Amino acid sequence: MQAMLLIYSDETAWAAKPKQEMGAVYGAYMAYTAALKEAGAFIAGDPLQPSATAHVLRPGAGGLQVLDGPYAETKEQLAGYYLIEVPDMEAAMVWAARCPGATHGVLEVRPVQQMGPPPA
Amino acid sequence: MNPAATAAARRQAEAAAREGYGRLLAFLLAGGAAFAAAEDALGDAFAAALETWPRDGLPDRPEAWLLTAARRRLLDGHRRQGVALGAVPALLLRGAALAPDSAEAAAAIPDHRLALLLACAGEAVEPAARAPLMLQCVLGLDAARIASAFLVGPAAMGQRLVRAKRRIAEAGARFILPGRAEVAARLPSVLDAIYAAYAAGAADPANGGALAGEALWLARIAAALAPEDAEAAGLAALLLHLEARRPAARDAAGRYVPLSAQQPDAWDAAMEAEAERLLRDAFARRAPGRFQWEAAVQSVHAARRATGRTDWAAIRLLYDALLGATGSPVVAVNRAVAIAETEGAAAGLAALRAVAGDPRLAAYQPFWAAMAALALRAGEAPAAAAARQRAAGLANDPAVRAFLLS
Repeated sequence: MQAMLLIYSDETAWAAKPKQEMGAVYGAYMAYTAALKEAGAFIAGDPLQPSATAHVLRPGAGGLQVLDGPYAETKEQLAGYYLIEVPDMEAAMVWAARCPGATHGVLEVRPVQQMGPPPA
Repeated sequence: MNPAATAAARRQAEAAAREGYGRLLAFLLAGGAAFAAAEDALGDAFAAALETWPRDGLPDRPEAWLLTAARRRLLDGHRRQGVALGAVPALLLRGAALAPDSAEAAAAIPDHRLALLLACAGEAVEPAARAPLMLQCVLGLDAARIASAFLVGPAAMGQRLVRAKRRIAEAGARFILPGRAEVAARLPSVLDAIYAAYAAGAADPANGGALAGEALWLARIAAALAPEDAEAAGLAALLLHLEARRPAARDAAGRYVPLSAQQPDAWDAAMEAEAERLLRDAFARRAPGRFQWEAAVQSVHAARRATGRTDWAAIRLLYDALLGATGSPVVAVNRAVAIAETEGAAAGLAALRAVAGDPRLAAYQPFWAAMAALALRAGEAPAAAAARQRAAGLANDPAVRAFLLS
């Protein structure tokens, strides 16, 4: 199965961190990504640019409406993700607990919906 | 009621809960009460205690008070459900009518917790549910408190525990202590589950490892209730040694401190003394086993307090025995570290590489941490750096991760 790890963190607090601390977090993510790859569990994973770069598209009265900023204003913002391949949800939780995102931010784990063949 | 007395009553209720919850639940179950009904009744009794003790003062016999309250709830429940009185377990009828401070109610409550522990680790219960079930049934911890350490959500943990209790009921468990031979045969799965509870608690940095202390209580209870079992005493000794040192693995700034860098005066001397007593008792029974050897290894480490050095040759011999008995790759990793100390880094590294192909070690963090340390000492800097990176990536304790990346 596949699982999605969604990492949320406070952008303002992150931007205020000393360079050295940021470097330590990057180092932790590099080690984590490498461990996922060694275990054959890594499918994809990247940090995202700040939420101010986001655009939201939604249906408006006169057609498609494009808005600036993220979908929801929250204390923590979606900051990055991993898509991993694991035998079961238990294994996904073990990897989630190792993710640096669970330490410096908030981590959401979601199983990916497996799509069957399209209806005939 | 003044705040100090309220706090005292709360502490009293909490102390009664830690020692009393499992005793009372085991007693009600042994008397024939249904699992869920007994838990609900006890939960109500403890809630009532928190409400009335601060107001009316502490009862002379908190446990007897709680038992009487729980029996009354059970009997009320039976009445509400229209159960014929003839079908109500006799102990409920007898106990519910007693005044809580009467002589009979105050008589010692027999300790049936070993039967409860055996039921929690019985074949009917899936292995992953055994440790959480013991923490809940014997120590009265709720599912939400237990869940994080086992890396599951509170709802899923609640369901796991409900399912386990249903399986126990369906299997027809009677919560009465079986004969000595059957106790001896079934005790290993109890000890394994307690060890698993400790490991989960100690690995849960978010919780400050509080659950590890609770698992130590379970080990003490098992050792006290199965005094003829050397391994039960061995497990209690092992966990006491580990728990004595656990706080020393952090410095004042929260940074990780490896065992070799810890100052012995940061270790809990009283816990170590208790561990040594238990281990001597265990060895006297001349029935060696895994937990006694593991405890002996920790005992050698603890001796550094008195001798100022670590007797690695003794540790090496103990791991030889453990490896022969268990064949465990985890033991092989620890043995390789001991070999590095007695025969040099190159020999230790060779022993480690001899087991590197075991798939169970691929994601085992301590294996990579050991590889990093031994490779560095053997002068293999690139291999050490790669292993260090891997160990950091597999660590779920942020302090250990930071230590490896610094």
